[in-house]
Order: sequence, then structure tokens, then C-alpha cells
Amino acid sequence: MIELEHLSKTFAGKDSVHALRDVSLTVQKGEIYGVIGYSGAGKSTLIRCINLLERPDTGTVRVDGVELTSLSASALNRERRKIGMIFQQFNLFATRTVLDNVAYPLRFSGMSRKAIREKAEALLKYVELSDKRDAYPSQLSGGQKQRVAIARALACDPKVLLCDEATSALDPQTTASILQLIRRLNREMGITVVMITHQMQVVKEACHRVAVMENGRVVEEGDVFSIFAHPRQEITRTFVDSTTNLNKVEDLLEEGAEITRLKPGEMLVRLSYQRGSAAEAIVSTVSRNFGVDVNILLGSLELIEGALLGGLVVVFSGQRQGIESALNYFREKNVGVEVIADADPA
Amino acid sequence: MQTLLEQIFPNVMASPDKFWESVWATVVMTAWAGALMFVIGLCLGLLMVVLKPGGILACPLAYQVLDKAVNLIRSIPFVILIALLMYVTKAIMGTRIGIRGVIVPLVVGSAPFFSRQVEAALSDIPAGLIEAAKAMGSSPLGIIFRVYLKEGAAAIARGTTITLISLIGLTAMAGYVGAGGLGDYSITYGYNYNRMDIVWASVIAIVALVCLIQMIGTLVAKKNTH
Repeated sequence: MIELEHLSKTFAGKDSVHALRDVSLTVQKGEIYGVIGYSGAGKSTLIRCINLLERPDTGTVRVDGVELTSLSASALNRERRKIGMIFQQFNLFATRTVLDNVAYPLRFSGMSRKAIREKAEALLKYVELSDKRDAYPSQLSGGQKQRVAIARALACDPKVLLCDEATSALDPQTTASILQLIRRLNREMGITVVMITHQMQVVKEACHRVAVMENGRVVEEGDVFSIFAHPRQEITRTFVDSTTNLNKVEDLLEEGAEITRLKPGEMLVRLSYQRGSAAEAIVSTVSRNFGVDVNILLGSLELIEGALLGGLVVVFSGQRQGIESALNYFREKNVGVEVIADADPA
Repeated sequence: MQTLLEQIFPNVMASPDKFWESVWATVVMTAWAGALMFVIGLCLGLLMVVLKPGGILACPLAYQVLDKAVNLIRSIPFVILIALLMYVTKAIMGTRIGIRGVIVPLVVGSAPFFSRQVEAALSDIPAGLIEAAKAMGSSPLGIIFRVYLKEGAAAIARGTTITLISLIGLTAMAGYVGAGGLGDYSITYGYNYNRMDIVWASVIAIVALVCLIQMIGTLVAKKNTH
């Protein structure tokens, strides 16, 4: 649906900034594609290149088979109507009512006033804001504003929706409801979504595939599960780690917290679930079969696209042989095992 | 009432026609010059905003020329402007005296100031709104009419109010080219003959005019703020 080929963009200035360095990526029809990176990584420039709000210095942009980079200004404006966009700051027109904001892209599109009104009302109903249609944006909460912005972005029946940090100004609960709405319109209308964000949580909750950006390059790309299960780049690992609490154990060890002080016969272990890890009751099996006590200190497990991902930090205590067998049993079940501390090192 | 006014404003009431004639001259000058100033200043202000580097029709060279021209004209005192423009006035209006003769300098003296007011008003519109409009496929003309002028309406109304009030100040100098008005009235009939009541009557009329403009301006700005 979206094909970006060899995009480069440099912002001239005293310290010229290479915002994009030879970025190529393809977004499939109907998927939700995330782009994650820290501020300054170039992700904002990247998403602006898709509808040419920012023109790349070199490279081509194709959306739905049309090469946007070769279009005239007026042809580009026509194509842009098929690409909805929402923003971190919502960007609603303060002097227009909610209904008029949604109707904005429809005016001068050849539709009658009545048809425009009906369409705008239907869209407001879709985002569950029918009761606010005569309100002005200043009277709405952040989440409501973003819903209006989404309704406006959908007005021209776009094939693509671009989300520029669309949830970064919202609280976690509102973020969840906006992501839910985006997933719904992706599922029900088949709209391809590209979202950029610096929050890994957003990627985890909403995206099918993700690209990680650093210094104007895409350094890693893949489906969300593999990125979470096997992050290859350092930066990807940092992002993935930001969504779990399993690394707290290192801090706890450093602080010498009570729970990490091992008694003889104990072992501190991090277990990580990966693709293909059995979703059966392994912990209780281990406890029963090998005579080992398992004390769970930290846990972070999630379902991503229907598969279990995450891990546990546990303290095993019991006979040395029993613990060794337990660790082997976990390995057999495709659970990653990492011994963090051992009370009786060999 | 009549006798009271005659007591307070003896010299004004001696020939009230002269007073009303002056009020009318001020109103006519302000209205004509104001209307032309509004159209020309609005266009100039819009041009500056869209031509500015980073604007929707960015053309840095044209912007520089406009920007410098506006600064240049704004730096010339109005009385000198009247003199400077006399042949231009004559060419456009057919005369360089009377109300017709003062309209051109009034417009030239106020439009650049107003264009700055418009420029400031439109620059305050968040860049994100322009970006959103572009993303929705609006053309530059569409953005000018549907975003800049609509979103900037309240600020433009306030700028118009300020400019119109300073324009009234300029009309007080219209007496130099025989256009009359309240400034001329209070100097020629008040100051020169030491008749303070004439000066006071002019002040009251001007203050009333300014209040009226301010009220309308505030009302329009309020109607366009949400």
C-alpha cells in the first residue's frame, strides 16, 4: 500500500540535520505499521514524507500505486484526500464546531450540503461523539479532540491513516481508548495505518509490524512479536525493556534489597517466554516433579497477537540436583533461562 | 437643553453647522480611507505571511521586498507623506486638495501599519492547523480563505480597531490640504481664536467616535472567538 524507496532528507542550517538517510520500507495493505524511535530519530520526518508535507531530497514515495513524488501540486492535493492524518496536538479548527471540523475536507468536493452534513454526522457517530457535534474544540477533552480529528481524517474515505504521535499528549486510559478506535477502524474499514510513537506500549497494543529508527535510519524491522521476543539492536532492546519490569531485579540486587539476599540452596533466575514457549502450567509442574520451591519475585507476561511473551524473575530453593533438573526442564519447554545469582556457585 | 449647550459651548453653538460639517468630514475620511486601508492592508499582510520563508507559497525574495517597503513607508511621518505623495494623489484622484486629496496619503499612511497587524494576527495561528489543512488536500487559496482568514478573524478585527483609531489620529492633519475635519476645526476655530469650547467639543466628538469603533471591534472579535 505504501512503498518508500531510498528516502533521504537533510535540513540545511548551521548544523545541518540528516533527518532521513536512505530509508526504504513497505507497508502492506490493511496492516497497522508502527515506527518507533526517540525524538530526533527522523520518524516525524518519515511520516510527513508519506503525504509529502515534507518533500524528501531524494527517493520516491508510492501510495496505493501512485507515485506521489512525481505529481503536480493539484494532483497531489487530490491524492492527499485519500490519506488521512492525525496529530499529537489534534490540530482542530478552533473557530469551527465539531461538525464543521469533520465537514471541512468534504466542502468543495462536489457533495451537496445535505450529503456532507449526513456524512459528518455518521462519522461522529462512529467515533461516539454525536452529542458534541455543536460544541467547539475548546470545550472538549484531549481524548474527545482526538476522536474528532479521527472523524475528520476519515471524512474522505481514506485508504491510509497516518498517526503522528497521536496518543503522546493523552493519559494512559485515553491512549488505550484511542488505540482501540484505531484498531477498530483498521479492522472494520480495512484502512492501512502508519503510526509513529516513542512509546513501546503503543506499538505493543496496536501494531502488527514495527520499524525502529535511530539517527535517520531504520535499524530493525519486523512483526511485533519477534521484535519483542528477539530484539537485535541495542536501541530496540531498550524500547522493549521499557515495557517490562523484569530488569528491576538488577536494581534490587544493587540496592541489596531483602528479597534478593539468597540463603543457602537458593538460586535467582530470570525465565523468559519466547515464541513456542508452552502455555501450560510449567511452574507448578517443576515444583511438583523436582521438589523445588519457586518464589516469584517479578512477573511481566503478555499476550501479543495470541502468543505468550514476557518472563518471570524467580527464586528456586531446594536440592541442587532438583534445581538443575528444573532448569533443564524449562529449557526443554523453550523458556529462556538466565541465572542471575546463585547462593552456592559451583 | 438648547440654552444649556449655548452656555457650555457658546462658540460651537454660534455656528453648529460648522461643527457637524467637521464631524462629517472626519467620518467620511475615516470610512473611505479605512475601507481601502482594510482591503490593501489585508492583502499585504496575507502576502507577507504566505511568502515568508516556510509559508505556504514561500518566496523569500518577494517577502524581503515587501517587508522592507512596509518598513520604509511606515517610517515616514504622515505630514511629510502628504507632501511626498502630492503628484501621486493628483494622478489618482484628479486633485490634491480636499477630502479627495487626503484619501491617498491616509491609505498609504495606514495600510502598512495594518498589514503588520494582519501579519502578526495570522502568524499566531498554530502551524499545525496549516499542516492539517495541507494534509487534507486544501490548496493555498483554500488555506488562505478557510484557515487563515477564518481562524484569524478575531485577531484581524482587533488589529482593524487599532488601525482605525490611529487613522482617526491621522485625519486630524487633513486640514493641511483643506480637507477639514475635527482636527482642522479645533485648530482653525479653537486654537487660533483661543476658544476652548470648540476644542472640547472636538475632543468629545473624537472620543465618541473612537468608543464606537472600539465597541464594534470588540463585538466582532468576540463573535469570532470560541
